[in-house]
Formats: sequence, structure tokens, C-alpha cells
Amino acid sequence: MPRRLPVGALVLAALGVAFVALPLVGLLWRVPWSRAGDVLADDATLTALRLSLVCSLGATAIAAVLGVPLAWLLARVPFRGSAAVRALATLSMVLPPVVGGVALFAALGRRGLVGQYLDSWFGVRLPFTTAGAMVAQAFVAMPFLVVTVEAALRQMDMRYEEAAQTLGASRGRVFWRVTLPAVRPALVAGLVLAWARALGEFGATITFAGNFPGTTQTLPLAVYLQLESDTGAGLVLAALMMVVSFAVLVGLRGRWLVRGGGAVIA
Amino acid sequence: MSLVADVVVRRGSLDLRVALRVEPGETVAVVGPNGAGKSTFLRCLAGLLPIDEGEIAVDGKVLDDPTLGVCVAPERRPMGVVFQDHLLFPHLTALDNVAFGLRGRGARRREARVAAAGWLERLGLGTCAASVPSALSGGQAQRVALARALATEPRVLLLDEPLAALDASTRVAVRAELRRHLASFDGMRVLVTHDPVDAYALADRVVVLEAGRVVQEGALSEVAATPRSRFVADLVGVNLVEGVVVDGVLITESGARVVIADAGDGPALAVIRPHSVVVSRRAEEGSARNRWATTVAGIDRRGDRARVVLEGELPLVAEITVESLEQLGLRPGDEVHAAVKATDIEVDR
Amino acid sequence: MLRHLTRSRRTPSRIAPSRVTAAGLAVALVALSACGDEPASGTREITVFAASSLTEAFTALGDAFHAEHPDVEITFSFAGSADLVAQLGEGAPADVLATADEASMASAVAAGSVVGPATVVASNSFAIIVGAGNPEAIDAVADLADPGLLVVLCADTVPCGRGAATVLAAAGVEVSAVSYEEKVKGVVTKVTSGEADAGIVFVTDVAAAGASADGVEIPADVNVVTAVPMAVASDAPNPSDAAAFVEFATSAQGRAILESFGFGLP
Repeated sequence: MPRRLPVGALVLAALGVAFVALPLVGLLWRVPWSRAGDVLADDATLTALRLSLVCSLGATAIAAVLGVPLAWLLARVPFRGSAAVRALATLSMVLPPVVGGVALFAALGRRGLVGQYLDSWFGVRLPFTTAGAMVAQAFVAMPFLVVTVEAALRQMDMRYEEAAQTLGASRGRVFWRVTLPAVRPALVAGLVLAWARALGEFGATITFAGNFPGTTQTLPLAVYLQLESDTGAGLVLAALMMVVSFAVLVGLRGRWLVRGGGAVIA
Repeated sequence: MSLVADVVVRRGSLDLRVALRVEPGETVAVVGPNGAGKSTFLRCLAGLLPIDEGEIAVDGKVLDDPTLGVCVAPERRPMGVVFQDHLLFPHLTALDNVAFGLRGRGARRREARVAAAGWLERLGLGTCAASVPSALSGGQAQRVALARALATEPRVLLLDEPLAALDASTRVAVRAELRRHLASFDGMRVLVTHDPVDAYALADRVVVLEAGRVVQEGALSEVAATPRSRFVADLVGVNLVEGVVVDGVLITESGARVVIADAGDGPALAVIRPHSVVVSRRAEEGSARNRWATTVAGIDRRGDRARVVLEGELPLVAEITVESLEQLGLRPGDEVHAAVKATDIEVDR
Repeated sequence: MLRHLTRSRRTPSRIAPSRVTAAGLAVALVALSACGDEPASGTREITVFAASSLTEAFTALGDAFHAEHPDVEITFSFAGSADLVAQLGEGAPADVLATADEASMASAVAAGSVVGPATVVASNSFAIIVGAGNPEAIDAVADLADPGLLVVLCADTVPCGRGAATVLAAAGVEVSAVSYEEKVKGVVTKVTSGEADAGIVFVTDVAAAGASADGVEIPADVNVVTAVPMAVASDAPNPSDAAAFVEFATSAQGRAILESFGFGLP
């Protein structure tokens, strides 16, 4: 029996689709396709694209390594101040990215709270480097991962973890073999969201990492600058970004986000 | 070389105090109404809940003792647990589920899988090895859970209402298997159940828990003879008839015949629950295949129900409403007919 | 009403009262017809798009203009010249455009966004900006080639960047910058916060930075003089006040203000 929505909801849903599809369609309609080939083959474009992919993947990795244990802590261990920690973890989701960039400066810049020691003791400099771009992106992307994974961990049936414990599994083994598989759909969704956010990050990157082709000029920055000087080329790059992101999201959604093989979530 | 448990737990509205000792090869059933604290007790034994006072020790090794500051984590206790909802890991096959405990103790994947396959064979589940839990029936899943717990060769086997989630017919089959495997398990066993038939079929000793306190314990026959609470009384009120089945009829030692719906021949135990016994003054027409002539030996009123003890070719306890009792005008010494449908009789082997 | 008007023709001695009434009616009609565009209270507004390097000077110019014309409210939007030209091209509602060099204004004229020819109201030249106290002891353009220095420049899509490139070419110095900012204030911020050691900005930016930075003069033989052109937008909502503002910038009072901020005068 096909499911039906009431007409009103259907109309609104259709408007919703139009709302999100229209900008993409509009962009594709204005792109000067005759120039597309040249712009896409240009070294600068390929460099920016490659840099964007490298930085966003690196940022996602940082977000995963730090964010999953944080989500685990927030979901499982009740401690005083956990509400404050959760608010901190999700703060950069509501901060304007440029503010995030400024904050990163204050902390990790050459004269920053921690940055000054990084510089004088280890000779490590984050601003103006690819690593810095990754840090900026990870900063804005991590909350998406933490929020998604924490929610799933809270919802999952913890009795499976208990069963694993009675079978002799150490806490680490319980986490890897039982807990993570149980929240796999949420984990993947969180990773994809974080990656997408990192890929599109602009404000924090340009403020903290700066803008240098090949090192910190990710695709969003390239688009922005090109739009100022050569609108046509900028449009081509913008279309490229949209198509790449769209393709990845469509591809992943089908295979990983749909539950397969049985998920533990009750 | 035994399990010694002296457990005191106070958590919110729960106030539990249980002392228990189990010898190797012995099965102790912890029975009681819902909310009595049975599962909590089991969780304490398993290490999933720390105790507030007392001691838990296995083979002389202390597992939990607040005064000594010792509380061994569940993963390091020599316990195996079979849970009510089997709790098989949904993302692993039956084989990998059984192998899980072995892998956790350091065995390599191939060795663990071989050992796991052996356990599944032993429980008649060889064909299920590659299936995921969602593809298994309730009975199969619970047996896999048993294999999973046994595979780690624990010293103590804890079973938390292992048959409660199964439907009636599966329950009978799995109970029989469980009895077989428990018999060959040489550690200590603690079984938690609210079904008295489980206690009869599987346990050597019974501990009755009500509202967090032990109200009665001992061998089954002792407890059955002198019930000290409503729950125990209900417990013992179940009619158990032993005999040999020939051609769909169970024949007792004294020659009484009980028609059953189960086809298999051989020795069996028929369970007739008091509320399935229909008492009438006249031998009525009806679909019940079993009718016996009995005499009322005693009447025990409890609230709006009455237990009628019947004697005759097949001694039975029937439970009827006080209304029916008055309508029939029963008095000790009256001759009545007792009837039970064959389909209302559970058969245990 | 009609009777009053007719009477005004026949009896001149009683014109005044009826003219006042008519004028009042006319004003009321005009106010009603324009009630979508102008505030009902009667103040007029102009929006000025001005290059980032003009921030301090033009804010002062705006204050002075408002003092002279209290019924005109001025709103400024400061950004990189290229950004402003692009926005205007997309139809942003501005009245006045002021850029940091003629090349930017030329693209606006070519796109038909402003009414040409533009009026040059000031001139500017470049200087090296360094941290307060000049900690790296930079005293010439050639010093910027030092590989140990963190030098920040503007992107070549904006006037400051184009100018800096010309200065460096004229001086024959090759600088490996760590970042190309999309507006001149970005360079200023990086240097004043200590993230970068030096940059090339307009002399007016050095002055505006006050005590947070020092400037190093660039000799006139390698320096570039840029013009600060202003023009009225083609689709200006308030062209008359817009023209008045441009004129004010060329008035004696306006010139004095610009000069006080370090601009040269045409």
C-alpha cells in the first residue's frame, strides 16, 4: 500500500525540494559551459580541489579521533560539568566561522595562548599552513560528529555491552566490537556531515590559515577570489564544488546510511 | 570449591539481602514474583552491579567485598551468563557470537571459530553457524546464547529467565535441552525464573525471594510440602504427573490415564496447571479428552479464588473462583468430575 | 480643494493660503507614493560602498557630511574593491562606489554599474607595515625577501595587491608571502596581531593602525600612486544625495579630512 501524505504536506514538501534544488539549478544555468573545460583543466583549479579533499579528509580524521571518545564520555560517564563540556563541544556549530578563526588565532597563533609555546619550544607554526587549515576545518566540523554519535550511544541498548563484558571482553574490546558496530549508521552519518562541513569551510580557514595557492587556498577560497576577478571562472569552480559534494552524498547515502546487516539500535 | 554469595544491595527503592552457597554440579533456582530482586541478585553475581555489603567468592577467590575494597570487573569473573532476550550480537553470525568470548581471551580467529563450531554442533545448531541472529528462531537463538556462554568454560553459569521470552511449545523443547546440557556442565549453576516448572525441571534446590528477602529455601520437595507464602503456594500448586507415554496417552504408575496432545512416546512429565482443571458435578459432554472421577478432599479459600484438592485415580489440585465454588456448593467428601483438555497439558521429557 | 485652486487664479491677493494647501497636498501625495522606499519620517538615506583602505577616512567624511546635511543618513559598506564591484554588478542596492584604484572603477564603469566618468577625490601610495616597534628591523623593500620573515600581501585581485606587485617588481625584489588576503585590512590585522612580520599596505592604513603598528617608507622611485575614484551607481535609489556626497569629498572640507588621514590630494 503506497503511503500518502495529506495534500498540504505534499505541497510544502514539494516547495522544500524546489527550495534546495533551485540554487543548484540556477548555478548550473549561469555557468559559462564553453569555458568549463579550460577552467577545470587549469592547474590552479586542480590544486585547489586536491587541497580541499586532503584538508577535509584530514579534518574529518582529526574530528573522528577526538570526537568519538568525547561522544563516548558524554554519553556514558555522568560527571559534574558534563553539560558545560557538551556545550563547549557544540559551540563552534553556532559560532560564525570567522569568529572561530579569530578564536583559533588567539589560542594557536604565533602569540596565542598555546601557540606561543608551540612556536618557541617546538618550532611548530599552524597559521598559514595546510595543517592549520585542517585544524580550522576540524574545529568547525567536529560538533557534527559528536552530536550524532552521542545521540546514538545514548539510544543504544547497553545490555549488549553488558553481555560482552560477561564474555570476558575488556572495555576496549567492548567498544570496538560491540559499541561501535551498534552505532555504525550514526557514526557514518556523523563522519559524512563533518566531512561535508569541513569541505565547505571558508570563514575560519581564511582567517586562521590564510590564503595561499597550494597550501591553504581550498576550493571555497578559490571560488570566492575568482568570483571577484573572473566571475565566469568562479561560477565554474562553484559548480564543481556543488557537483563533487552532491555526488559523494548521493553515493554514500545509499550504501552506508541505510541500515544493513542489522543494527543494534533498539 | 564453590560459589559463596552474601549479597546486600540498597539502591533507591530496592533493598536486597540474599545469602547463597552453590556447590559444583548443583543447580539452584532463585524464584520469586516480579520485582523480588532476582535479576538484581544475578547482576551482582555477574559483576554488573557492585554490592554494598557482603561478599561474593568463587572457589575461594574473592570477587566482590566492599570491606576489602575488592570488586572484580565482570570481564574477569569466571561466570557465563545466558540472558532472557539472548542478546546475541546482531552484527555477528551465530558462529562469531559463540567465538566472541574465546577471542576475548586471546584465542586466534581460526581456533576460536573451530571451537565455536564444536559447541554449535553439540547443541544441534550446526546448520545455523552462518546465520545472523535475526534469521534464527527464538529457540535457536536462545540455544546459541547458551553455547556462547558455555564456550568460555566458566566456573559458574548464570541463567536469567532463559525461557521467559519463548513461546510455550518452544519453551518445552528448549527446557529439555537445557536440562541435558546443564547435566554435563560441571560448574555451579544459578537459575533465575518466575516459572515454577523451570524450577522443577532444572533445579536441585530452590531459593524463594520475595521483596528482596529469602522467604524459603531448600530442596524442592521440602519447599513444596510446607509453602510459606502465596507465591510458594502457587508454585507448589502446579500438578505434576509422571508416567510413560504410549500412543498419545500418559500412563502413571498407578494406572491413571492422561490423554496428551504431544505425540512422542517414552517417559514424560505432564504439567497440569490448577486453573485448567474444570470441576463439575456431572460428567459433562465437552471437548476435554480427560475426565476423572474424584472426591473433594479439601477446600482452601484465598480471596476470590479457591483451591480444591481432589483425590481419586489422579490426585489433582484445581483452582476455581469462589463464585463457582458456591454455585457448585462443594464440600469435602463430595464426588465430582475433573476435566482437562489435552491441549492444556504441557509435557516435559 | 478644487475651489481653492480656482480661486487662487481669480483672486491673486488670496493666493498664499491656497498655495500652502496645495503644496501640502502635493507633499502628502509624494510621501504616500514613495512610502515603500523612503522612511515616513522624511530622512533620506544613501549607501556607500567603499574600499577597505578608505574605512577610517570615509567614516569621518560621512560624519562631516551628515553634520552638514542632517536629513541624510549614510550607511557604509567597507570591503575589498573587487568584492564591491562584483556585488554592484549583481545588483546590490548602493548609491556611491569608491574604490582604491582606477582599475577597479574601470571594471565597474565597463559593467555599467556606475555612471562614468568617475571623480578622483584623493590619491594613495604604499608603505611597508610592521609590528609596533619594528621588531624585525625592516627598513627597505629588499628586506622583505628574507626567507625567515612571515610576509603577508593582498591578493592581486584587489588594488592593494596589484600595487604591491608593481612595487616589488619595480624594486626587483622577490617575496614569498605566506598568505594573500582579499582585503587590505586583512593584511593589517595579521601584522598588528603578530601573526605576520610584515606586509605591504597603503600609507593611510599604516596611519590608521596607530600605535599597533609601525610603517616603513617605500621610496618614491619604486612606489606606486593610486587614485581613489568615486562614482554614483547607475541604479542608485537616491542619486541626488549620492552626487552631493561625491561633491562633498571634493570640497575644501572634504579634502581637509582626507588629507588628515594621509591621503594625497588631486
